[in-house]
Amino acid sequence: MTAAQTTTAPNATAPDATTREPAAAVPPRFAGARRFARAFRRRPSGLAGLGILVLFSLLALTAPAFIGPEQLDVTRVNGPLLAPPSAAYPFGTDQAGRSVLDLLIWGSRESLQIGVIATVLTVVFGSAVGIVAGHYGGFLGRALMHVTDWFIALPGLPLAISLAAVLGQGTTSITIAIAATSWTATARLLRAQTLAVEARPFVERARALGAGNWQIMLRQVLPNVMPLILVSSTLTVTGALLSEATLTFLGLGSPAGVTWGEMIHDAFFGGAFTADAWWYLLPPGLAILAVVLGFTLTGRAVEYVLDPRTERKR
Amino acid sequence: MSSPAAVAEPAVAAPEPRSGRPFRVPRPGYLISKLAAAAVSFAVTLVIGFVLFNVMPADPVRSMTRGRPVSDAQLAQLRIQLGVDRPMWERFLSYVNDTLHGHLGYSWEYQQSVASLVASRVGPTLLLMGTSFAVSVVLGLWLGMRSGWRAGSVFDRFTSATALTLWSVPTFWLGMILLIVFSVGIGPIHGFLPTAGMSDPTLPQTGMTHCLDVARHLVLPALTMVLVVYAQYVTIMRSSIIAEKGSPYLLTARAKGLPDASVRRHHALPNALLPSVTMIFMHLGGLISGAVTVEAVFSWPGLGDLTYEALKIPDLPLLQGTFIVFSASVILMNLLADLVYRFLDPRVRAQ
Amino acid sequence: MTTDTAMTDDPVMTRSPLLEVRDLHVTYQQGGLAVPAVRGVSFALAPGDTLGVAGESGCGKSTMALSLLRLHGDAAKVTGEVLFDGENLLTTTWSRLRAVRWAGASVVFQGAMSALNPARTVLDQIVEPMVLHDGLGTREAERRAAELLDSVGIPSRRMRSYPHEFSGGQRQRVMIAMALACRPDLIIADEPTTALDVMVQAQILELLAERVREARIAVIMITHDLSLLAHTCDRLAVMYAGRIVELGPSRQVLEAPLHPYTLALSRAFPTIGDPASRRAPAGLAGDPPRPSEIGTGCAFAPRCSEAEASCRTGEMLLRPAGLGRSAACLHVRPEHRGTS
Repeated sequence: MTAAQTTTAPNATAPDATTREPAAAVPPRFAGARRFARAFRRRPSGLAGLGILVLFSLLALTAPAFIGPEQLDVTRVNGPLLAPPSAAYPFGTDQAGRSVLDLLIWGSRESLQIGVIATVLTVVFGSAVGIVAGHYGGFLGRALMHVTDWFIALPGLPLAISLAAVLGQGTTSITIAIAATSWTATARLLRAQTLAVEARPFVERARALGAGNWQIMLRQVLPNVMPLILVSSTLTVTGALLSEATLTFLGLGSPAGVTWGEMIHDAFFGGAFTADAWWYLLPPGLAILAVVLGFTLTGRAVEYVLDPRTERKR
Repeated sequence: MSSPAAVAEPAVAAPEPRSGRPFRVPRPGYLISKLAAAAVSFAVTLVIGFVLFNVMPADPVRSMTRGRPVSDAQLAQLRIQLGVDRPMWERFLSYVNDTLHGHLGYSWEYQQSVASLVASRVGPTLLLMGTSFAVSVVLGLWLGMRSGWRAGSVFDRFTSATALTLWSVPTFWLGMILLIVFSVGIGPIHGFLPTAGMSDPTLPQTGMTHCLDVARHLVLPALTMVLVVYAQYVTIMRSSIIAEKGSPYLLTARAKGLPDASVRRHHALPNALLPSVTMIFMHLGGLISGAVTVEAVFSWPGLGDLTYEALKIPDLPLLQGTFIVFSASVILMNLLADLVYRFLDPRVRAQ
Repeated sequence: MTTDTAMTDDPVMTRSPLLEVRDLHVTYQQGGLAVPAVRGVSFALAPGDTLGVAGESGCGKSTMALSLLRLHGDAAKVTGEVLFDGENLLTTTWSRLRAVRWAGASVVFQGAMSALNPARTVLDQIVEPMVLHDGLGTREAERRAAELLDSVGIPSRRMRSYPHEFSGGQRQRVMIAMALACRPDLIIADEPTTALDVMVQAQILELLAERVREARIAVIMITHDLSLLAHTCDRLAVMYAGRIVELGPSRQVLEAPLHPYTLALSRAFPTIGDPASRRAPAGLAGDPPRPSEIGTGCAFAPRCSEAEASCRTGEMLLRPAGLGRSAACLHVRPEHRGTS
């Protein structure tokens, strides 16, 4: 990861853009993206996390340029079976003779894709429930919170397993299963924050000027809870990545797909394990670890920088 | 699914430890209201279970007989046998009635009642989860207390970094690594622990030998779960201790001339423990999630392994059964946590 | 230096002092900035003597009191000398200091609802220092705790209750019982009656004064309410911006203040039992300076109606102003010397 740590350019690439954009969208409280970037740069752990994410995003985006279907198709590869790392295959090969390095890089595409899509679904749905529950209060708000609490009480993985099993194997059902079990935390957080924002005088003023419910939720509340949504989504994404790996490992992924979870699944059940082929098992797990850490560290740094109490601490 | 937001939550959700208001006698209906809430949660679980396993699958008979040659007559026969031909509401009512009476259906794969399968698997799961839970709680609370008390110290940084790293690792993958290192053996290390199962069938199944054998089999699965789960408890306890650290009563304790260790143990700890323990009980769902994958990796003959077996088919009645049992146990534990908290906390307990 | 001038004609010095504070400084480190909270405080206290310390919030009085027992932790740097029975508490070992805490000098904290541990019974908390310092057995310690509680007007049958089960006034009584547990020579009372209503305030002060008088315990009583001190303390120190600006016998200080700040304070606090008039200092505009913003000259000059150019330069130190009195003001004229 040392190479990643030196990559500090805070622009381009997908996850990076998500971390910066909303900060710029809320100018009144956090005087601009520039100040945010300056404060963020003072958090070495956050920079390291961001570096990891930039590296993996670059790999995922550029992978099609140097990996073709013939390197991933079990029937078309002709490498040695379960060969240990060598010059030709830096991370060795799997039981079908594919390069583990190629699989790892290609796997980042699908793993990150599932993680990000599931997170977007989670955050959009969770935020909607949270903001509506916080805004309307009364019967609707309480009913929504009760539903959220019920879902929180349910054990996540058994529910996700059941859902994915009923929907059938595949990427879509895994994505839905993850979103369906992880929106609750976002909803709770957003409800509390919405209540706090609506207690502020400018919302009162907007209401007095005749702003409708939708106007208040979209124009007043949403921009002000954006930083929180941002921080909570970095946490959601880590959960989504781990869940993806877990569900795929349990056999719910698409058998033709190449994800990190699928690699661990194949390594465990495909004989790599008994053949002592640690080079097949180790990389996907470490990749998951690195990306999850990357999101966590970035998220924590963003949280620290956006926390209004931070100012007083200095 | 180890919900990550849960780790960040404690500071927000932890019950306010210092109540400035005078003591209030709890409502007499407290127990009843908690029981009612648990009952409602269970009802929702039933509904979700029904929707998942009886409404969403297009044709359970088709998925049940997938890959096997069956005639239309046989399919119709099966439909009547399973009651799928009846109207939805009637099926729902009989499903609720059956579940409440402990009839969880009939497994397609094992050709056995789900209830009896579950019953035979509860013991091993309780053993594995109980052991890992106890070790994780003790380890997590101790480390969390130490690192919270000296937040920012080398010890704290090391503990927090280790916890964060272990928490970021997929449970089952960590299990496999441990399996390779300690059972299969790698390089100079010779594997010395069993790879799978709960006991060695060649040894007697009773007495001291059996106990030691089970313990040997338990080491790796339990260690795997502890390593992934304890991190959450460290975080919870650490933030509880940090929240208590500025409290005036700690200044009083110091003014009394107590050494630092006593201030921490006799004053900060009792106050930080209550919210932490509550949070830990609220996160039991994470423990169950861990159990499913760990049991699958180590072929530990518990409910998690049963779920995994059911998933392979997929054996919907069996999945439904384990789903309901897992959910019910979480609801029950949360209820217990509520009541125990009520009993333990002097600020809430009745005079 | 302040020390010498303040003490040359102090009647206390004729007896051997229990506590002697010399040129005490407390400096906080805040984000790389040194913030002086206490800037050179000196006074002495004889056994059984009672000293009131008054001033607005933020003037450093609580900081000063807590630094006597080094209760601030690592964030604060404390220099000077705190001689307790001849032993310098600022340089002594931690174990010696812990032995002096509570057994030699105990503290009655402000807002006893949070100063008592909410998760442990009142009995536990009173017994704790007795077991620690006097090595008492459980039975003996419990017996004494019961006596102490009775003596402060809490029925001993309630000793196994938790702090939240008592009212604010009762908690402060418990706190006083706890402070008396090891028969200390000195009690530091840090705003003991803040947050209590006026009638209860009077009862608690009365109780504390009575217990202290009986056992001949010296007291440092800290409050922002001057009127409370008149009845309970022999002497009075008025603090402003981290320094003592006036020191003398309480009655004289209150009836004939020498320092303009004391004058403003005494006008701002009328008699007990008149809640309507308990507003912010009526005769004084502006706020006390922040510790980080104190410049040269008299720190009070910006708010002082009698300030002149010479007030704004040089150090403003306590100067003698009559028998047992001193004040840190240029306008303290020699004729005051004869008045008392």
